[in-house]
Amino acid sequence: MTQLALVIDLNVCVGCHACVTSCKEWNTSGSAGPLYDENPYGADPTGTFFNRVQTYEIGEFPNSETLHFPKSCLHCEDPPCVPVCPTGASYKRKEDGIVLVDYDKCIGCKYCTWACPYGAREIDEKQQVMKKCTLCVDRIYDMTMDEADRKPSCVKACPTSARLFGDIHDPESVVSKAIREEGGYALMPEWGTHPANHYLPRRKTHIKIHQDELERADNPLKVDRQLPKPGKGESSMEDVSAW
Amino acid sequence: MFLPGKQTMKPAFSVIFLTTLIGAGQGLFLALFTHQSYALFGLLPMQSDAFYGYGSVLVLLLLAGGLIASFFHLGRPERAWRSATQWRTSWLSREVIALPAFMGMALLYAGLHLTGIRPEVVTLPSGLLIDLSMVIGVIATLLAFVLFICTGMIYACLRFLREWHTPLTVINYTLMGGASGFTLAAFYAAMTAPTEAGFFVGWALIITLLAFVGRFASLVRNARLKPKSTIQTAIGVKHPRITQRSMGFMGGSFNTREFFHGKSPAFLRTIKPTFLLLAFVVPMALLALGLLTPVLLAIAFILQYIGLLAERWFFFAQANHPQNLYYQTIG
Repeated sequence: MTQLALVIDLNVCVGCHACVTSCKEWNTSGSAGPLYDENPYGADPTGTFFNRVQTYEIGEFPNSETLHFPKSCLHCEDPPCVPVCPTGASYKRKEDGIVLVDYDKCIGCKYCTWACPYGAREIDEKQQVMKKCTLCVDRIYDMTMDEADRKPSCVKACPTSARLFGDIHDPESVVSKAIREEGGYALMPEWGTHPANHYLPRRKTHIKIHQDELERADNPLKVDRQLPKPGKGESSMEDVSAW
Repeated sequence: MFLPGKQTMKPAFSVIFLTTLIGAGQGLFLALFTHQSYALFGLLPMQSDAFYGYGSVLVLLLLAGGLIASFFHLGRPERAWRSATQWRTSWLSREVIALPAFMGMALLYAGLHLTGIRPEVVTLPSGLLIDLSMVIGVIATLLAFVLFICTGMIYACLRFLREWHTPLTVINYTLMGGASGFTLAAFYAAMTAPTEAGFFVGWALIITLLAFVGRFASLVRNARLKPKSTIQTAIGVKHPRITQRSMGFMGGSFNTREFFHGKSPAFLRTIKPTFLLLAFVVPMALLALGLLTPVLLAIAFILQYIGLLAERWFFFAQANHPQNLYYQTIG
């Protein structure tokens, strides 16, 4: 069984919103019709987006750091939005685990948004149907595209490769390896929704260096007396390496 | 205007009217059929067919009002028929089936009484004659309860809307619908069959009191809830101090419109005692006095209905949706 998903590396995301704009561009241009914007150039613009980049401050100045946090539908393995849908418009595909909305069946009752703890769904105010990330289902299977292009639009757009795409049920996929090896986690695990999308945490690289690693005991300069010679009882590299 | 911060769901008036109108309709039907059942066993004088028949017409008017209100909630009302298809998993779909089924049975019940066609179904060994209106009445009664359960479960089944995720939601929907229906029945009886008003007033008092207890219990429960989701679990960062600096857009979105009611804390503080008084306390006082004059019973029903509108507004506004954690700061 396949479960396609995004893995978003928060260590790499720079908060440029390229994924937001490329997602909007691709998904407003498709055969399903535009993602409606109200007053796009007016004083109070608002519109439908599948993907947003948010910014958080962790800690307090001066000990704070900035976290950019892209947020879209997580394609939960146990999606709470699907069973509540009264029309069957919301469904989870068996073949690849993508959660989709059938725009021709949706009655715009918004019950699914009540049932999604992540706020991943937004109604299209013009078409009056619920919309959400499709993982670019109209891209990833498009055989007229080069294989390299058969990825969600946001993944293609990311300038820092913070977005990975693949099958999290395949243990050898790039996403599974990233989750396994880089500490990938799910959002709001307390609700048991088992989001397919994972996030990789901010991680800092630390190395521990001891003083004797900085100052070699058997430094030739010391041997040549250009530096003070070590005492007889002090450890030298020969203690461990002289075989 | 979007006011971020600790705000909760924006109540939809279509759903407020739907749930209060059908609740009153179901309650009124239960009141009428309770009376007919008592009368069948000789505990109360059997009333004319017109009493039960026109009472059921009133039931149908309330249900139709609720049904019409519900269409205003839909973005695509012309596709509403599709919402009956997912009854296996969706309580909303089950309600969509239960409501017209109940309406159909109430219509049949009204029709049997108003036309006077009451064919005998069976005569019990005790000599009790069961006619078709009784059989239809029993089915409609069961459907009224099924509908209460469906309506309540639509909210109670959403596990992370914890203010709703309790059996009290279903119990209170049933009790509050019953209370308003029996109060209306008391007024209806006072106008059409004054000798029977006392029966309905008695039950209306009892059910209103029970509804008061149930609703108060849910208020106490909700006041003690601690949120399970926090900003830490929302973004998966372990740090006690996390502040959102930007929700990613400035012009608002569906998320900020649907899940923030935009009302002041003072408004919320006012509406809670208001609905407790109007929906429960005042109607109980008026019901107790209502046997003196039917006008008081009419006022009791109107005030209780207004109180229940306020109660339903508060019910929705109290639901603290976890998604709001992601929408705290414009910038």
